[in-house]
Amino acid sequence: MADVAVAPEAPHRLMTPDVMEPPRINLNIDWSQVDLDSVVLPPGEDCGIKSDDEEEEEEVLETDTGFGNVIVVDNLPIVAIEKFDKLEGVIRKIFGQIGVICEDGLWMPKDENGKTKGYAFIEYNTPQEAQTAREQTNGYKLDRSHVFVVNMFDDFDKYMKVPDEWVPPESKPYTPGENLLAWLTDERGRDQFVVRFGAETEVYWNDARQGKPDPVYHRTFWTESFVQWSPLGTYLATIHRQGAAVWGGEKTFNRLMRYIHPQVKLIDFSPGEKFMVTYSSHEPSNPRDTQRVTLNVFDVRSGKVLREFKGSADDFATGGTGGVAGVSWPVFRWGGGREDKYFARIGKNAISVYETETMGLLDKKSLKVDNVLDFSWSPTEPLLSLFVPEGGGGNQPARVSLVSIPSREELRQKNLFSVSDCKMYWQSSGEYLAVKVDRYTKTKKSTYTGFELFRIKERDIPIEVLELENKNDKIVAFAWEPKGHRFAIIHGDGPRPDITFYSMRSPNNVGRVTKLTTLKGKQANALYWSPIGRFCVLAGLKAYNGQLEFYNVDELETMATAEHFMATDVDWDPTGRFVSTSVTSVHQMENGFNIWSFNGKLLYRLSRDRFFQFLWRPRPPTLLTAEDEMEIAKNLRKYSKKYEVEDADALNAMSTQDIEHHRKLINEWKDWLSQWKNLYEEEAEQRMELRDGEPSDEEEDYEAEEVEVEEIINIEEEVVGYGFEQVD
Amino acid sequence: MRPILLKGHERPLTFLKYNRDGDLLFSCAKDHTPTVWYANNGERLGTYRGHNGAVWCCDVSRDTTRLITGSADQSVKLWDCETGVQLHSFNFDSPARAVSFAEGDKLVVITTDPFMEQQSAIHVKNIEGDRSKQNSDSVLTITGPQGRINRVLWGPLNKTLISAGEDGTIRIWDAETGKCLKESDPDTGHQKVITSMSKSADGSHFITGSHDKSAKLWDTRTLTLLKTYVTERPVNAAAISPLLDHVVIGGGQEASQVTMSDRRAGKFEAKFFHKIFEEEIGGVKGHFGPINALAFNPDGRSFVSGGEDGYVRLHHFDADYFHIKM
Repeated sequence: MADVAVAPEAPHRLMTPDVMEPPRINLNIDWSQVDLDSVVLPPGEDCGIKSDDEEEEEEVLETDTGFGNVIVVDNLPIVAIEKFDKLEGVIRKIFGQIGVICEDGLWMPKDENGKTKGYAFIEYNTPQEAQTAREQTNGYKLDRSHVFVVNMFDDFDKYMKVPDEWVPPESKPYTPGENLLAWLTDERGRDQFVVRFGAETEVYWNDARQGKPDPVYHRTFWTESFVQWSPLGTYLATIHRQGAAVWGGEKTFNRLMRYIHPQVKLIDFSPGEKFMVTYSSHEPSNPRDTQRVTLNVFDVRSGKVLREFKGSADDFATGGTGGVAGVSWPVFRWGGGREDKYFARIGKNAISVYETETMGLLDKKSLKVDNVLDFSWSPTEPLLSLFVPEGGGGNQPARVSLVSIPSREELRQKNLFSVSDCKMYWQSSGEYLAVKVDRYTKTKKSTYTGFELFRIKERDIPIEVLELENKNDKIVAFAWEPKGHRFAIIHGDGPRPDITFYSMRSPNNVGRVTKLTTLKGKQANALYWSPIGRFCVLAGLKAYNGQLEFYNVDELETMATAEHFMATDVDWDPTGRFVSTSVTSVHQMENGFNIWSFNGKLLYRLSRDRFFQFLWRPRPPTLLTAEDEMEIAKNLRKYSKKYEVEDADALNAMSTQDIEHHRKLINEWKDWLSQWKNLYEEEAEQRMELRDGEPSDEEEDYEAEEVEVEEIINIEEEVVGYGFEQVD
Repeated sequence: MRPILLKGHERPLTFLKYNRDGDLLFSCAKDHTPTVWYANNGERLGTYRGHNGAVWCCDVSRDTTRLITGSADQSVKLWDCETGVQLHSFNFDSPARAVSFAEGDKLVVITTDPFMEQQSAIHVKNIEGDRSKQNSDSVLTITGPQGRINRVLWGPLNKTLISAGEDGTIRIWDAETGKCLKESDPDTGHQKVITSMSKSADGSHFITGSHDKSAKLWDTRTLTLLKTYVTERPVNAAAISPLLDHVVIGGGQEASQVTMSDRRAGKFEAKFFHKIFEEEIGGVKGHFGPINALAFNPDGRSFVSGGEDGYVRLHHFDADYFHIKM
């Protein structure tokens, strides 16, 4: 095959001379007259010229030499000129089945005797066809001694470059990587957040003590659509046309890895940050076809694609019956907690569970469940809960069941009747599962809602049914207390719904759900529990214009009510100390964010036009054991003393700094003013002249003079009668 | 601080001006009648009838004998303050936007809008002490700057003219020759249309408000940017307190957008800033539309705001306003 190195005079329509030499655009400029050095580009503006950084990526993709649709078929029979046409016919038949071979797209070189050389070039219409042809015909047995070896033409260069002798790879000296967890070692234990507005992306420390954010890193055009923290906060992911990238590090954000996936739209990290799933959808060539989607599973550290999924959007639509909801993100849901052992997706009548170890289906087969509509993982263990709607025209009841993975054993099942819809809510430590069930009333005209509460950690997984006092209430929101045993429901029919708090425990430990309290008539439609539980923000977003109520569920009292007008988002920081509320660019006005303390004190606010995202940097779980935490909580006073002193010192330092700053400003102003005064006095006389000698320049010269002016407006004489005639 | 509502205008307010003594307040609106009020209690004293279009701006002479008003009816009228008699009318070919008396009240500067084929222009006219001698001859006419000139002021000793308008640039002109002496820096200056400009009591500095959501303080002589005050809304009006180191800034969402959202969304607040620290002190709410005009009483103890809602709100400061600690 060595003579292939000489480029064959392949019948190549792409390589016409005018393509080789791009036509010069005639702008009517005499370039000899232009002094290019005199052109000054605006500072800080890259004029759309990409930095080196980005170009690298382009190059990787543009290995496309125009031969992408050409394959090389090797091991063909060597035939004399007489049999040439016959062989050509055979080849055309084999390779024509796979795709359309271009006109003059088959080329078999011959030697000087007219004998073929045993190989051929085939040009297809599209690179895809060439690709499939390579996949399907490589190893094709024409007969016993002629087994085709098919390669992409583009790959030849690569293979040619392989050195003849094996050279052991140079072992590079170990360079320690950056400490990716450096941000956790902040002396003051502050948290970071990222904001995105306009074209800017900025990372800040939340410095509540200073009452303003402390900038960490700023970059313009960092991402092309959005940014996302990894679940443990190690990486910040950005999205680009060519793929996704993650950033992190000690002081500045350096690029750690790139994940090539053209036109990526969505990404998702596994809970333990080991894997990343990227998603893109592509318009089909035939508009009647459904969209093609591509999903890649990457290894976060190495950036390698571990598994690729391709298919039509229908295959990845959730709600197994097909065509219900389109593709809902994430397609793959990660199970088994932070170990990242399994991921699963729902398909038609099946749930496909994959193992990350092999990146293949668990036990090589999907979990068959007829008509399965929805499923979710327990957040901590490999346990699936799934929902199957009513089947057989109502003869088969709907059911919710719990399936353990990898044993596929059904741990618990509950049949439900006249169900219209089901939603599953796992408590964050996987202790409880609440299933919200919408049922039809007898007339089937309306629905009402109840809850089925599973106690996962108890023997036999007991189920309890919870119904609202007023059955007609709509459920606006439901939320578990993170790591806790309580949950809250917003329910009601009118514009002012009620909020009820429940506990899975009861005072005498009989393990029954108890109602803690109901708050009547609140302007709220969303619940945000603190990540450490106990506190909950009841928020009225959208139609309620950003009403906020900070509620203490331990004491069952409202700590504060506030308003962030037009707020669209509420987020707790990972430690539960601060709350951010933001107005994103869904509104035109008010864009920006507010930071509140957990008890509802406004600490500071920042307004930014075209505000898109506010994200707290997540923290990995605490290393302290439950006992340690208890101990700290008990002796909080002892620990807090140190910080109180620190706070006071910092506050003092700040106020003196502030005073200093103000003094400086005042002095500057006074200097400026006295300069002005001097000039002003010099001009005093001229000014007086302008005013015809009226002297009063300053108010001090102004003397009030009281002048009484008597003005006769009108004199009128009138005959006044005596008046006593009327007495009678 | 309970405001006094001055109800007299039927259309959005455009401009407010106190006389030098601070006892009278002149208001202009898009209805055709400039009005004069008692500055103390908000009682209406009288109106000046004769304009046939929105009145954009006014100025009053130092001795409060003459009032000059510029209107969209393409005329600038000179009035006798006391009687409301029209003394003279300067007629133009395009709407008059801004008027301002010079020191000594012998000259007046008038700006006219670009209209039909007319370019925007700055005109300087004589004001005669003797009414019978009054004519419409221009002492100086400057054309050139692009777009509407929203405000014009006299510099120290009537030697310069300061103009600001649609292009967001502030320019200082020689009042004798009409040459442009200085332009504000496009980087540090306003990015959008400048809507208002007013001088400090001593004339040493002036404030400009712009739709770029900021107000800026400038040196009258050198056109050096001294301070910037950033708000959340387009600024329509700004004024400098003659008594304390405060400035007040008003504005709000654009009028065309107001009905599309909640009243609170507009932030129709007059915001007070510390002049030197650039820090926000507080706000005075109340208008149902954007604030178009603001003015401090020359004694600094009260201020007025005029809104798109057609009301003038007269606020006398509470005692604690004078003890704000920064």
